[in-house]
Amino acid sequence: MTEEKKKIRSLDDLRKIKEKTGDLTSARSEQDKVKIIIGMGTCGIAAGAREIMNAVLKELEVRNLHNVAVETTGCIGMCQNEPLLDVIRPGEPRITYCAVTPPDVSRIVSEHVVNGRIVQDKLFGRAD
Amino acid sequence: MLEDLSHHILDIAENGVNAGADAISIELDDGNEYIRLTITDNGRGMDEATARAVVDPFYTTRTERRVGLGLPFLKQLAELCAGKFLLSSAPGAGTTVSASFSKLSVDTPPAGDIPSTLLALLIGHGHVSWKYVQKYGGREFLLDSDELKEALGGGQPFADPVLALGVKEYIAENIGELYT
Repeated sequence: MTEEKKKIRSLDDLRKIKEKTGDLTSARSEQDKVKIIIGMGTCGIAAGAREIMNAVLKELEVRNLHNVAVETTGCIGMCQNEPLLDVIRPGEPRITYCAVTPPDVSRIVSEHVVNGRIVQDKLFGRAD
Repeated sequence: MLEDLSHHILDIAENGVNAGADAISIELDDGNEYIRLTITDNGRGMDEATARAVVDPFYTTRTERRVGLGLPFLKQLAELCAGKFLLSSAPGAGTTVSASFSKLSVDTPPAGDIPSTLLALLIGHGHVSWKYVQKYGGREFLLDSDELKEALGGGQPFADPVLALGVKEYIAENIGELYT
């Protein structure tokens, strides 16, 4: 990581990134991917969902995780618990985390996305 | 509650998606006296009565959540900032929302994190043809999501974190360039 990073300014710069990552991303089919879904309705946006999305992308990039797809969804009527973030590992149930903060994102990615262990204290619906 | 223009853009643009639009254009004209924001979608549009009702914060139709609080907030903000708010729509003819903000008003919000807003829209609604134009000092930056997709090899490239962050940097660099 010592080489100086060139700024991405043009569509050609983007094409070059695509060439570098191309074989990594196409190697896996959609079904094999872990999905991360972020609530991006008015309520989610106001609660900081966009910053959660940035934190997720950053964490995935730092950990060099290519088998994860990031998606967004609208308001699901649990506005007071936003930002909401769901993780779906292939073949496993959809897990919803609530009141997620950027520091939580790194735990959710390392514990749940990578190792399959649910982060209990951010789980939606827990009384404590 | 939505602290800057980029949050409003994200919110209002989602309305267009919910109205079934497959092409949405966003323009931010950073002029000398006013900042003008215009968002146009080709969704199903609204009749006159609905178009009048959606800017009323007390208008709620729980079954059809075409619009939440987003439009009333934007209208209120524009009026607070000595600007104008205009909504024009017709059934089958899409919707255009425009809002202006005087640069002399202390309440005029900053543009905010436009690259993150655009990235959230690209990730969330990759099937929509997005166009974003930002104008400043006689120069402009145009982002065309179809062009981006083509450059990134088609499909839904924005779901890949490395490409998504690359796109974000591309947008940030080009917007920054306008102000140098």
